[in-house]
Amino acid sequence: MASLNLKINNKTYTVDADPKMPLLWAIRDIVGLTGTKYGCGIAQCGACTVHLEGTPVRSCSIPVSAAANKNITTIEGISPDNSHPVQQAWIQEQVPQCGYCQSGQIMAATALLKKNANPSDKDIDAAMQGHICRCGTYPRIRKAIKTASILMSQKASTK
Amino acid sequence: METINKNLSRRNFIKLSGLSGAALTLGLYMPAFGKESSTEIISEATAENLGIDLNAWISIDTSGKVTITNHRAEMGQGSFQSVPQIIAEELEVNLDQVNIIFAQGNNKKYGSQITGGSSTIRGNYQKLLKLSATAREMLIEAAAKKWNVAKSECYAENGFVIHKSSGKKLGYGDLVEDASKLQPPHDVALKDPKDYKVLRKSLPRQDTPLKTNGTAIFGLDKKLPGMLYASVERNPRFVGKVKSFDDSETKKVPGVKHVLKVTRDTFGNMFEGVAVVADNTWAAMQGRKALKVEWDDSGFEYHSTDQLYSKMKEQVKGDVISFKTKGNFNSSFAKADKKLEALYETPYESHSCMEPLNCVANVTADACEIWGPIQAPDWVQGNLAGALKLPMEKVIVNMTFLGGGFGRKAFTDYPFEAAMISKEIKAPVQVVWSREDDTTLGPFRPGMVYQCKGGLGKNGMITAFETKMAGQNMNQQNPGADRTGYNSSTTEGLLEPFFESIPHYSFGDSPLNSPIPVMWWRSVYASTNGFALESFMDEMALEAGKDPLDFRRSHLGEQRYQLLIDKLEEVSGWKKRGKNEGYGVAITECFTSIVGEVVKVSKKADGKVRIDKVWAVMDCGWYVNPDIIRGQVEGSIVMALGAATKHATHFADGKAVEKNFNTYMMPRITDIPEIEVYVMENEEKAGGVGEPGLPPFTPALTNAIFDLTGKRIRVLPFKLEEI
Repeated sequence: MASLNLKINNKTYTVDADPKMPLLWAIRDIVGLTGTKYGCGIAQCGACTVHLEGTPVRSCSIPVSAAANKNITTIEGISPDNSHPVQQAWIQEQVPQCGYCQSGQIMAATALLKKNANPSDKDIDAAMQGHICRCGTYPRIRKAIKTASILMSQKASTK
Repeated sequence: METINKNLSRRNFIKLSGLSGAALTLGLYMPAFGKESSTEIISEATAENLGIDLNAWISIDTSGKVTITNHRAEMGQGSFQSVPQIIAEELEVNLDQVNIIFAQGNNKKYGSQITGGSSTIRGNYQKLLKLSATAREMLIEAAAKKWNVAKSECYAENGFVIHKSSGKKLGYGDLVEDASKLQPPHDVALKDPKDYKVLRKSLPRQDTPLKTNGTAIFGLDKKLPGMLYASVERNPRFVGKVKSFDDSETKKVPGVKHVLKVTRDTFGNMFEGVAVVADNTWAAMQGRKALKVEWDDSGFEYHSTDQLYSKMKEQVKGDVISFKTKGNFNSSFAKADKKLEALYETPYESHSCMEPLNCVANVTADACEIWGPIQAPDWVQGNLAGALKLPMEKVIVNMTFLGGGFGRKAFTDYPFEAAMISKEIKAPVQVVWSREDDTTLGPFRPGMVYQCKGGLGKNGMITAFETKMAGQNMNQQNPGADRTGYNSSTTEGLLEPFFESIPHYSFGDSPLNSPIPVMWWRSVYASTNGFALESFMDEMALEAGKDPLDFRRSHLGEQRYQLLIDKLEEVSGWKKRGKNEGYGVAITECFTSIVGEVVKVSKKADGKVRIDKVWAVMDCGWYVNPDIIRGQVEGSIVMALGAATKHATHFADGKAVEKNFNTYMMPRITDIPEIEVYVMENEEKAGGVGEPGLPPFTPALTNAIFDLTGKRIRVLPFKLEEI
């Protein structure tokens, strides 16, 4: 067991955990933020995606010790009031059905759009193909990413 | 006792709904113990007079806020939106005045709560419309009395009652106290669909914002003070017993608190496992890895996929248990102008909901409370009351949001197991199934083999049709089940008019005996029957020298079916197809909805087949929200695409082979064609929405591949890149 500092959504949590525990379970069971989901445990489905220093990572496959003292963003940190353009686009296009995978999908989409404000279909494929949605909301995810891109450019031009 | 329960329940409702003080509350009373045919609409006052516990379906408080109890699960299919949309229409309120809460399990109050068979809307919409219209009429009556005017001079709109000539208005909140003292009227008039303001509109789902910021609470997100976490090593061959286990290494894992043998009631069969309970999920999983369990697997066969399919193929050659027959198939087939015969195979499948199975249980000396992703809270309540020997009202079953259900979360085994662990350790516990547990332990969609025979007359019409189906019968799994009865789902998926137009037919099944647990998988038997029946329909059409759409047209007399075919032809450009394009069609009936799909395929530069586009036409009769329907059909198509071209569960040595998403491959964003969905407008009764879009996709795809390449696919799954 070790005492570790986790900087999640600009807040520091001190957790007492086995350093080998995957970041996912530390976030969910110890810190108590449940928006990040367990899907497969082997980095195949993307449901557990969080940003580590701005980069999307699979929290089920990173030991909590590797994330200590680094900036972690979870779905709760994207915006609690759904004001982020990606969340807005997800609502506008009515993407979620069961909704379980959508935290991870949104984490991947926000990271993509931060890097590439106007992604092509191929860019979307590359960024999103690691994410499984059993409800099959893929057509709407693609559409919502394009909508978010437009919303972000509108937001930028009104600034 | 009655009084205490009633008060507790009312207090609980007020707490859950955040209602304040006086309210107009209406419920449905089923005097014949949950028998929905005897449903009456009653008010709170009537319930008190009758001394019964009111099941509040609609409650309006003095602030005008409307609270609706949703007695069904929300697993992505949209009940959380469609139920309020129905109520808002006849109640004359805006959706933003409506708050929805989940009912607890209790089928004496709510009737069946099993969220399956695409039944939430089709089974309840008339009741919900009537209930909300009744509340509206009581509010209008209260206002008319207050103003001392005739009721006919008043109308309701946007949560107000308005006096037509004077323009006076009162909000519902100001009327609830008076209205609650009135007798609910009988036989209120319902709106003509052409006057709908809320229904038939693609209004955004109220659960969406909860699912884009991480606040929706799924089963796995439920936490209780002092709750422990369990991971269970279950027998990979399903039915065997625990002979012994060694937990010496497990107990060394930090955080592990208990190790115990546990049972899981699966269709009356007591499956065994060993539970490791710890103070976090990961510690429980680590402790389980260190566990050594020896199983007693004597007394049953260890099946492999090859054995299972050899048996089924053998069985369809022999006699079957007859389900539906007309005329004389054998003599008519013998005399047919053209004859054909084909064998189709469909695989076992895992449900693979994105939220793995899980359940929170808190069992105390005299009560049990459950929270989880549960499709059938009333079944869980009944099962646990029996197992724990508790009165029904002492078993409280709470539904969370479900991270997918697809049939798997309709069963009581995983709450049962959680309750047994909680009872034993005397603490609240969350049992977390790993992805591997979820993928390998079933119940699975059963693998099936179909043998179809068809005879055609000189006019190109079907004169004789026979299907023999072999596969595990989902209804014959309980210990001592009668295995001699026919499977009434043998023709599920087949369009009803075929039973009229085909003069001689015979449908029957031969149940396969296997210890593998099987159960409903989205669209159930139609998901596999549809492939066999609609592939064979295509084979017969081509043998008859007919266009596959025209062939169906000539056998499906009813106008409803003709209109659907016309629509499919129009939107897909069926007859305007280009060169090097393959088109395939399939139409199936499932949970009283009819869905037709056309798939277009072509060859990529590298010669491989690509799915370009899918057109779907859904006829679900009376409907609520077109965008939810489109979403459900899109999702059904993607799920069918996975089962057709990506994944299957195989068995070796009695165990499932595919364990996680690295071998049980899911369709991904890169696999998805363009999908266009159309909804038919008519006055038919409401049909299902969540499932019926699934069965026609696969046969439409394989029929399209035949059209393009001449290659007939009769065994699923297949790889698109290998055609």
